[in-house]
Amino acid sequence: MIRGMTLPVAATLLAISAAALAATPGNPETGRQQYEAKCGGCHSLDSNRVGPRHRGVIGRRPGSVPGYAYSPAVKALGGVWTPNRMDQWLQDPQKLAPGSKMYLTVSSATTRRDIIAYLQSVSPPATKKPR
Amino acid sequence: MTKSKNIESDNSRRGFLRQSGLAVAGVGLVAAVGAPADAAKRRRVARGGAQGDVGVMQGALALEHEGIAAYKIAGASGLLTPDVLKVALVFLGHHEGHREALASLIMKAGGNPVEPKTDAEYIKELDLGALKTQGDVVTLATRLEQGAANAYVGQIAAISDNSTAKLFAQLATDEAVHWAVLNGALGNAVPTPTFLFG
Repeated sequence: MIRGMTLPVAATLLAISAAALAATPGNPETGRQQYEAKCGGCHSLDSNRVGPRHRGVIGRRPGSVPGYAYSPAVKALGGVWTPNRMDQWLQDPQKLAPGSKMYLTVSSATTRRDIIAYLQSVSPPATKKPR
Repeated sequence: MTKSKNIESDNSRRGFLRQSGLAVAGVGLVAAVGAPADAAKRRRVARGGAQGDVGVMQGALALEHEGIAAYKIAGASGLLTPDVLKVALVFLGHHEGHREALASLIMKAGGNPVEPKTDAEYIKELDLGALKTQGDVVTLATRLEQGAANAYVGQIAAISDNSTAKLFAQLATDEAVHWAVLNGALGNAVPTPTFLFG
């Protein structure tokens, strides 16, 4: 199928596919199931376990849950957890924050999107900055 | 994979790249394939090397501590029938074996194995006080075993040492067996999608 296709055409098609995937909203219910299966070994919504609790994580400052012993790498991240940043984290936490405690990667973009949609559904809606 | 299969694979890869007009981009890939030792070294560095492996194992050990506590506390709750308790104790023994293997490897690598939390902390974190029936216990155990199997499979790519990666494959398959037994006991069907974990 790709035979004879020029590099610019192939690159454009790949970019369009990636953009389309990123623009598709995740499914929070599928994300809940994926969260329980893939994240539930170490995380819960309301308890700090091997990893910190997740309710409210989207929009929260990294390394800010009371009572959880974060790595210096996560504490140093700054900013807040946005969906895009969470996507980068789930792709490779050691790339985003080398030396952090998490090593698990979620390779499927669809799965990451659904998990992030679920985490957004259990996080307060983003508030506008006061003018 | 045999050397001849590698060569076949390389040839077909080059052909594909030429035909798709991506030959220029493929030069780097072919060079990497031609120097497997260098590629492996780069991978080890990128993954964090031995220090990264200790970090992966510390997380796994924390997970095993939690599983051991869950089985011990639930086992002593009086909620389990003798037959189910017998199975739970077998699984507990597996998790204790996992704990010993991980702690030993962490110490050999110069690390201090992470200590377990208190039972009170595990009871709170896992909401063990809410367990009222044997079904509640088995449901929780099924969820934890599934999470553990996924956690181990999902971390193998981050491990630089092959023997540690093999240990994680062993840990994951033990947890997968536990999950399969418990999932069957709950009367749940085996999920239809391929690749149940990872």
